[in-house]
This record gives sequence, structure tokens and C-alpha cells, in this order.
Amino acid sequence: MSSALSIRQLTKIYGNGFQALHGIDLEVAEGDFFALLGPNGAGKSTTIGILSTLVNKTSGSVEVFGHDLDREPYALKRCLGVVPQEFNFNQFEKVLDIVVTQAGYYGIPARLAKERAELYLTQLGLWEKRNAASRELSGGMKRRLMIARALIHQPRLLILDEPTAGVDIELRRSMWSFLTELNQQGITIILTTHYLEEAEQLCRNIAIIDHGRIVEHSSMKELLMKLHVETFLLDLRDPLRVAPQLNGYPARLIDNHTLEVQVEKNLGLNGLFTQLAGHGIQVLSLRNKTNRLEELFVSLVEKNLTKVAV
Amino acid sequence: MRREFAQSELAANWIALKTIVHREVRRFLRIWPQTLLPPAITMVLYFVIFGNLIGRQIGDMGGFSYMDYIVPGLIMMSVITNAYGNVVSSFFGSKFQRNVEELLVSPVSAHTILLGYTIGGVLRGLAVGLIVTVLSLFFTRLQVHHLGVTVVVVLLTATIFSLGGFINAVFARNFDDISIIPTFVLTPLTYLGGVFYSISMLPPFWQTVSLANPILHMVNAFRYGILGVSDIRIGVAIAFMLVASAVLYAICIRLLVSGRGMRQ
Repeated sequence: MSSALSIRQLTKIYGNGFQALHGIDLEVAEGDFFALLGPNGAGKSTTIGILSTLVNKTSGSVEVFGHDLDREPYALKRCLGVVPQEFNFNQFEKVLDIVVTQAGYYGIPARLAKERAELYLTQLGLWEKRNAASRELSGGMKRRLMIARALIHQPRLLILDEPTAGVDIELRRSMWSFLTELNQQGITIILTTHYLEEAEQLCRNIAIIDHGRIVEHSSMKELLMKLHVETFLLDLRDPLRVAPQLNGYPARLIDNHTLEVQVEKNLGLNGLFTQLAGHGIQVLSLRNKTNRLEELFVSLVEKNLTKVAV
Repeated sequence: MRREFAQSELAANWIALKTIVHREVRRFLRIWPQTLLPPAITMVLYFVIFGNLIGRQIGDMGGFSYMDYIVPGLIMMSVITNAYGNVVSSFFGSKFQRNVEELLVSPVSAHTILLGYTIGGVLRGLAVGLIVTVLSLFFTRLQVHHLGVTVVVVLLTATIFSLGGFINAVFARNFDDISIIPTFVLTPLTYLGGVFYSISMLPPFWQTVSLANPILHMVNAFRYGILGVSDIRIGVAIAFMLVASAVLYAICIRLLVSGRGMRQ
């Protein structure tokens, strides 16, 4: 499978001397749904800024579908659609004008631009609002408008920088299914998000960036395999006063009806339930305390923090 | 193959140019009470107060009634302030709202971006100039002495000030920065640029000093196109405007390519 994005030794030092990227390497295959995760200030937005040419790189190389950023910037830009984190459209323009104007910047004739605008605005539930000034839209609608705008030139690689930030759950889920559909149509998608559940659900491959360095770059499956311990919350039928002694399963009471248990992957859950039954404890339901990816993410970032501090 | 690629790039940039110009025109027409109406009202007041009431006391200037004499200068004043104002406020507004990023991420060349904004500024300058010209017909009979000079001078002047507005917008960091140049540089230079008087009225020293004011050359060249009288040599004025346009264009392109004030 050919490469949609290839980053080699990418470095960025800002004018004030702050080094945001320390020679990162990143490879995203064509057709992938890829997550780029990292805490605030890790270098995600700088990386996306360099890809979209809004940030000048200090050194290194970037290729999108084989088009080098330095040698073929226009060809690269034609392959790329970017949905930035912050709203960056004219608040006084109408929704339809924003999308059609963006198409014009890509050299798309007006008639075709209007057809595509209708298609994407309809798919994203904004066609009814086409004549509204963009400032009148809700936060979720504004996010969808930026997605429609980024799709108008039908890019092969779509980068979304926290597209569901501040979006309610229902809308977030409908955006997930829309993005999944786009990916199934062959569009490569790179997603940055703070909702790790989102990354785990949507993405096949993942990179974690922290302090300007890639600390993990693998498939989601491989990464989750690295998770040795999971924490579960058990909802109990009858109240408990003290946590039971469970051999190999450290447990503590959160409240009278909720027991928190740490489960090592190689031990599994059967042994736990056997021991709980031995104590006469009936479990009504069970859930992960945190998202699995979140546990890994925190452990990786903490590990990197220790390294940086050293 | 390479030729086909170049042709498709050219075609794409042509559509992008039309898009930027269309967007710019749509902007100044949408906010016409801020862009087209105020200069019309201001100029009518100038015509009534300076041209009619005070002008009657002044008598002739350069062989023409005072009203006839100031009309070309007032048209140019409108063109200058509106061409400059359109680009500086539109481009700075795009930076402020960050929608300039829409252009920067797309495959539009720096020349196309600059031409789009410049044509937008020129069109607003011409639109206001035309409105003021039509209004002036209520106060005087306007005859064009030399159409070619009139058109060339008004186009070059609008271009120069559109490019100037672009440079101002690139360096501006807040809304104060886009009003400093128009208030403290353009307005004094325009008032001292022979809009209301002939520099032959000044002592020799101030005549020489006035010649350093570029707006004097533009106003006088335009006045020559309308009335056939001028304080300066028309050929020199047009040559100066051509050179100024080229230099300002080169500066703007350099700023755009470097991404100053736009890219980090």
C-alpha cells in the first residue's frame, strides 16, 4: 500500500527559540484512519500547521501522496483537506458562499462548486442553513461547515484537528459515522482528538506525540495489547462494608455498591468472578473505569515526562 | 505533459482570481452604508461648502472656476482613500478572523492572491470615484480633456494605494494599526497634494517641498486629464506611478511569499 503521508526528521523551532518538534518521523498509509494523539502543547497542531503550510518548518521533509512540500507545494495542497481546531471562516459570509468560495480557490468552476456544496452541506445537515451568516450557526454546525469546506475539492487526505471538540454526544456519533463513510470511500483520514474513545473506535493506526517527539507509532491493536492491567468497576447487588480480599485482584470499595478491581490481562475475568461468588457477592454489571486507550496514553505520556525531566 | 500541467495551473489560478475579486466586490457591496455612502455624503458637503459657498469668494483658479478646479482633486481623494481602505480593512479582517488561512492552505499563487485583493481595491476606488463624479455633475459641467490620461492615472493611482493598503494590512497587528497610516499620512498628504489649491500659490520653497508629495503628482495628472491644466509634467507623473506600482507590487509579493504576519 502506498504512502499518503510521509514525514522525515521534521523539526520546528519557533522565533522565540521554543522547539516544538524534535525531528519526528511519521508514516500514514493510503486509506488509513489514523489517530495523532498527544497532550496540549505536544506538537500536534504544529505538525498539522506545517502540513497545511500555515507553519514554516525548520528542517526535515514532508510528502503527501509523493508530492514534496518544498518542491510541489501546490500539488500537495490539492491532495490535502484540513479542518482546523479553531473556526477560521468569515463570520459575516453566508454558509454557501464560504464553501463555494473555497472551491474557487482550488480552481473549481462555479457550477461544479455549487453542486458539490449542495452535496456536502446536505450530507452534513447544513443545506437548510445555506443562506444564514456563518456567525448565526451553533458550535456543532460551525464544525460541520469546516468539514464541508475541507471536502469541497475532494482531497485524498483529510486532516481533522479535534473535530468533535465541544460537540454533543449525538452529533459526535453522527460525525463518526460520516467520517467512517468517507474513509470507506477511500479518503485517508488523520484525526487528532482529546476523546480517546473516539480514536479507539475510529482509527486503525496511531501515533502518540509528546514534547515534540513521537513516543508511540503502531497499530491500535498492537498498542492496546501493551495494556497489561485494566481497571473495572463492578456494580454490586448488595451493599458491602469492606472490600473483599481477592487473590491476584487488588480491589477497593468506591462506595457500598461499587467495587473497583484491577485485572491483569493474563489472569482474565473468570477467576475474579469465581472468587466473588465464593464471597457471596452478586455483580449486577461491569464497566471499564477509564477508556483502555486513555490508560495507555497516560502511562506513555507519564513515562515520557520522566524521560524529559531526567 | 508539462505544458498541460502549466495550462491547468493557469486555468485554476484564473478561477481563483475571479473568486477573490468576486468575494471582494461582494464584501464592499454588502456593507455599502460603510463603503459607498459615506464618501458620497462627504464629497457632496465638499462640493457645497468649498466649491459653492467658499469657492464663489475665491474666484478662478488655473483659469477655471474654483468648483471646476477642485472636482478632479476630490474624485482622486475618494479613489485614494477607498482603494487603500478596501484592501487594508479586507486583508486585515481576513487575518483577524483567520479566514486568510482558507487562501493560504489552497493552491493559489501569491500573484493571484495579490492581484485579487488589488483588483478589489481598484474596483472600490473606481466605484466611489464614479459615484463622486456623478454627484459632481449636479454642481458643475464636467468635460474630459484627455480620456487616456484620465483613465491611466486613475487606474495607476488606485493600484498604488491598493498595494499600499495591502502592505499596511500585512504589518498591522490590531485595528489601530490600520487607521494610523490613513489618518496621519494619507489625509495630510492628500490635503497638501493640490486638491484644493494650485502649488503656484505657494512660495518657491514650499513649491519645491510639495513636489516630493506623490499625491500631488497623481492629483495634477488627473486634473490634466479632466481640465487640461497641471502644476507638474504629466509624463514624469505617469512614469513615477508606473515605477511606484512595480516597486510596491514586488514588496507585496515578497511579504506574501515569506508569509510575514500570516505564517509562523
